Amino acid sequence: MTQPLLRAEGLSKTYEGKRGLFRATRAVQAVAELDLALDHGAALGIVGESGCGKSTLARLLLRLIPLSAGRITFDEQDITALDEAAMRPLRRRMQLIHQNPSAALDPRLTAEDAVAEPLRIQGLATGRALRDRVAALLTEVGLPPAFLHRFPHELSGGQKQRVCIARALALEPDLLVLDEPTSALDVSVQAQILDVLDALRARRGLAYLFISHNLAVVRQVCERVAVMYLGRIVEEGTAAEVLGAPRHPYTRALLGSVPRLAAHGVAPAAPGEPPNPASPPPGCAFQPRCPIAVPACRESMPPLATLMDGHRLRCPRAMEVSP
Amino acid sequence: MSATAEETVAAPPRRRLRLALWLLSRSFSSMLGLFLVIAIVVLALIGPWIVPYPDHVAGAVSLANKLQPPSAAHWLGTDEVGNDILTRVIIGARISLLVGIGITFAAAAIGVPLGILAGLAGGRLREAIMRFTDLFLSVPGLVLAIALVAALGPGIVNAMIALILVWWPGYVRLAESKALSIREEPFIEAARVAGASRARILRRHVLPNSLSPLIVKMSMDIGQAILAVASLGFIGLGAKPPTPEWGAMISIARGYLPDWWWYAMAPGVFIYLAVLGFNLLGDGLRDILDPRSNRG
Repeated sequence: MTQPLLRAEGLSKTYEGKRGLFRATRAVQAVAELDLALDHGAALGIVGESGCGKSTLARLLLRLIPLSAGRITFDEQDITALDEAAMRPLRRRMQLIHQNPSAALDPRLTAEDAVAEPLRIQGLATGRALRDRVAALLTEVGLPPAFLHRFPHELSGGQKQRVCIARALALEPDLLVLDEPTSALDVSVQAQILDVLDALRARRGLAYLFISHNLAVVRQVCERVAVMYLGRIVEEGTAAEVLGAPRHPYTRALLGSVPRLAAHGVAPAAPGEPPNPASPPPGCAFQPRCPIAVPACRESMPPLATLMDGHRLRCPRAMEVSP
Repeated sequence: MSATAEETVAAPPRRRLRLALWLLSRSFSSMLGLFLVIAIVVLALIGPWIVPYPDHVAGAVSLANKLQPPSAAHWLGTDEVGNDILTRVIIGARISLLVGIGITFAAAAIGVPLGILAGLAGGRLREAIMRFTDLFLSVPGLVLAIALVAALGPGIVNAMIALILVWWPGYVRLAESKALSIREEPFIEAARVAGASRARILRRHVLPNSLSPLIVKMSMDIGQAILAVASLGFIGLGAKPPTPEWGAMISIARGYLPDWWWYAMAPGVFIYLAVLGFNLLGDGLRDILDPRSNRG
């Protein structure tokens, strides 16, 4: 059994509260004791409502923000304590695609300069070779050479996201973390970008950590899916099982809340709002909104149990109700 | 069609310059500002070779010609010791421009690095820099400058030093706010993901993206600094009278108003046009330097 490419154990991130003159803010636990593993060439989807800690998780895994607790292993190397300089050579192997391509590109760099920047930083190519490589990368993501000298404001949203993808690919990474890569794009453009991503993974053997709140998109791209609620994974398994036969009440609510044209009325989503992460409810974080909650749910946070088929589930009630 | 195709292929710097010039040419006030600034710069550069009476600069005395109205021989008349006012005003452009540019660049050279440092470093260092800056900003600039010159002793160099000392805090504020907002931009994170060092992010992303408001402020400040130096000259704290500095000239000409009105008007109009020119140019640059406005 080979080691996974990326592994997180007990990963936590707490944003400390501040005592101000007029008000004090409470500490917020954005990510709590989170375990996950991503195999070489695999695609893991992370889904959940906004504010559940998905983007924080992405930045923790890439060591862009300091973590509060836990351990991150990348290709059998412990990267938890590496500083910025020690991370630099590893950055080549793990890249990030931002949610909003318009903001992720420096407005003063042309498409060519944006894609060339990582190669220049890592000293991988110069001069003629650099230019050829940039042109090849842009062609690979479907942008003809005419776009080389365009500035971000002269590109459409989809074209900008293609530039971002080409930029991430420039370093030939093993891992691509995609933070809602299509949510800022039109539906028709979304499909094109997803096709590009699918083709790239097949051709280059990339591993994807795909963060999204769009379940249909996750189903198309990922083999495995983890569902997050308030900084914790509540269910994880193959995309077919989690999205096809969800077991956790929150996953069910999430799937039920996707509007469908054919359905007569939208199935009720989880009632109420997600709780304030600064003051989480006692016990299971989902119990105030849960249709199958019992008093015991309020007493302690249920553990993330691993079932026989490798499916992980944080809900003892669901196991009782539907065995 | 062929024009657009050519534009996509053209090298970016040239294409941007062309767009910038085109944008500038569409705005009348920007063109007026550019024209005035160029005129003053040209006057300052070639002044000593075109003035009709070069020996009047240092203050030659020919009392027979004193306080003459504008004429063919003296287009702007003569002053109280018979010097040609046109000559002295043109040479004055050289002094004012040099002083205005000098003050502005020196203030920016002190303020911008401090501001960017404060914006990027955050924490205690930022607090220290910004509170020290506030200390300077809390006193009206010209009042502080007058106090400083009074302490240093009057003179054009001391006036410059005093104005630099009151001018840099504005650049700290601007650079800090720019650095603060750019620091949070996703493209900074994108550069970190690519492995860029702090120095590289500063050089390649933070500085270029904070440059446009700084250039606009500098253009406007050159005009303001010219005015400030003239003000100090006017109250006798700047250049000393035989020096053909605009403010000092008005200071003396004031005594000859209203009968010899042309004497005070010449340096006054030149100050007005210089300040107006740099302000209009600054406004025009503001519109051009935002790359997003390049879509026209």
